[in-house]
Amino acid sequence: MSSPTDARTLSYVEALQEAVEQEMGRDENVFVIGLNVDDHKAIQGTTKGLIYKFGPERVMDTPLSEDAVTGISIGAAMAGMRPIHVHIRMDFLMLCMNQLVNMGAKAHYMYNGQLSVPMVSRSIIGKSWGQGAQHSQGLHSMFMHVPGLKVVAPTNAYDAKGCMIAAIRDNNPVIFVEHRLLYSTDAPVPKDPYTVEFGKARISGEGSDISLVGISYMLVECLAARDLLADVGISAEVIDPVSLMPLDIDTIAASANRTGKLLVVDNAWTAAGASAEIVAAVCERGGAMNVGRMGYAPTTCPTTPELEKEFYPNAATIAARAYAMVRPDDKPWMPDVEPTLPHEAAFRGPF
Amino acid sequence: MSGNAPDLEALARVYRSLRLIRRVEEEVARIYPSDKIKSPVHLSIGQEAVAVGICDVLKPDDVMSATYRGHAGYLAKGGNLKQMMAELYGKGTGCAGGKAGSMHLVDMSANVLGMSAVVGTTIPIAAGYALALAREGKGRIAAGFMGDGATEEGVFSETLNFAALHKLPILFVCENNGFAIHSPTSHRWASDALCERVATYGIPTQEITDGNVFSIRDAAEKAVGEIRAGGGPQFMECHTYRWREHVGPNEDYDDGYRNRDDFQFWRDNDQVAQTGDMLDASDRGAIDAEIEAEISEAVDFAEQSPWPKPEELFNHVFAD
Repeated sequence: MSSPTDARTLSYVEALQEAVEQEMGRDENVFVIGLNVDDHKAIQGTTKGLIYKFGPERVMDTPLSEDAVTGISIGAAMAGMRPIHVHIRMDFLMLCMNQLVNMGAKAHYMYNGQLSVPMVSRSIIGKSWGQGAQHSQGLHSMFMHVPGLKVVAPTNAYDAKGCMIAAIRDNNPVIFVEHRLLYSTDAPVPKDPYTVEFGKARISGEGSDISLVGISYMLVECLAARDLLADVGISAEVIDPVSLMPLDIDTIAASANRTGKLLVVDNAWTAAGASAEIVAAVCERGGAMNVGRMGYAPTTCPTTPELEKEFYPNAATIAARAYAMVRPDDKPWMPDVEPTLPHEAAFRGPF
Repeated sequence: MSGNAPDLEALARVYRSLRLIRRVEEEVARIYPSDKIKSPVHLSIGQEAVAVGICDVLKPDDVMSATYRGHAGYLAKGGNLKQMMAELYGKGTGCAGGKAGSMHLVDMSANVLGMSAVVGTTIPIAAGYALALAREGKGRIAAGFMGDGATEEGVFSETLNFAALHKLPILFVCENNGFAIHSPTSHRWASDALCERVATYGIPTQEITDGNVFSIRDAAEKAVGEIRAGGGPQFMECHTYRWREHVGPNEDYDDGYRNRDDFQFWRDNDQVAQTGDMLDASDRGAIDAEIEAEISEAVDFAEQSPWPKPEELFNHVFAD
């Protein structure tokens, strides 16, 4: 573990790139595979320079063929390699479901430990600038459902590097959930390699009146909502699960039991989703509390900004919902702020 | 018989493997109605020559992946018989501790990759293993078996393209038995020119129509030699015939989708009988006796083995 003193400020993109470059340097079995991982855009910079340092055998461009390339990654992993399969959008993971669910998740169990699948499946959730129906989906709950898969969704540059290194070293398939709007965010990131342990939630902001759990990009919106709530005298605790499978219910339940109110905000639909899982798991532990969930509107994501802004929870709508939970007898309150955070407003795409 | 006349040692080896598979599966079929075998069985009876012909030219450290109709491949590659039988019984001593059953046999000590019940899923996995073998650079190869139905899955074409592009050391083997469960290829294929389809990827192909184990072996020997020399993937389509029902121990010639006449050619061409007839009677008798003893020992092992302990349910969900 690095000392904090060697930390520099890195963007989420730079942190991911550094994690992969360091691990490829450490272990020759680690390789990157996926469409365009070796091109000039370098997956928004997350694979920048790797092709020059490690060559085409370890930074493999691919035919689209997501189904086969997932299976090929699983086969290579069974043989002892450590593939990082990259997808520029999470929506494309639907093409990989058969291999991930029927083989990747099950191989270690079904073959009773004779084989294991140490691979990472990276994917990016898109938002804004017309990402629309098929570039915006947060489908992590589908993977949380299946035993044998790990699912992580780091929300800052520090966790991005630590989780990526942990994912590469993990001996199981890890679904690594990124969000496009987190890419420009930055944080102090130690230079030396380090891991962020899966199954440990992070208290991102302390509070006493209500517990907000923000998944993926919604963590950022929850932190902004916390500021808005502070202006009206409400103290919100914000929790980042970091990893969704394994899921640190202990930390979330402890916070919810302390505040008596739990609002889970997912970067996905609520139906049968991560928010349902978290709320149910906390409630199963007992304790009197008021619970709520927020997520994508139960529609397909539209492209036009006028409709899209209604599709997502934002800091204001989260704050309003939290306010109603904390002060149920007050009349409804809605903070008068723009629905988009500054770095989202600055995003011009195209991807 | 076609194919090069084998030397006596090869003949005895091939006969032994064919006969072992046939007799193991006949024994499975015999035991099956007792409900001691708690796993759906897709018997290879009649199809043994493909697995045996291919695996006879593979080295022990080459890797083979088979389908859910995989008893033949497992045994032909040298998978442990006692552990296979225990696996079929659901016992803790099975090759996967009772978690795999007949459809997911595995024995990495013999380089038998795990099998899959989802048609076509192991095609890219074998190719991925071959990618790792290419990187390893020790001349090992993979053999990826599939049925005719698997060639209809998109992943088949995707994998052929990838394997050809990267010159992966893999032999793709299609065991074409003419049926996907009960649907004949005439219901499923616009054209039966499978090898021609594969050849468009720049992959050398061979079609073996006679079911002869030495035809298959000769073709495999040529293909494997070229693959090992760095020539990239090759493809073999081996016509064959499933003698029993799709799943289960019985015949099904009265079910209406095929009839006994269809299989007369294959019955007349039974490779177990033909290779056995080529052997000296006493040599054959000795092999047969060994096989019977081996099977008997395996069945006893399965019968007497303990069930897995309840806590095994949660073992190996995740790798450490």
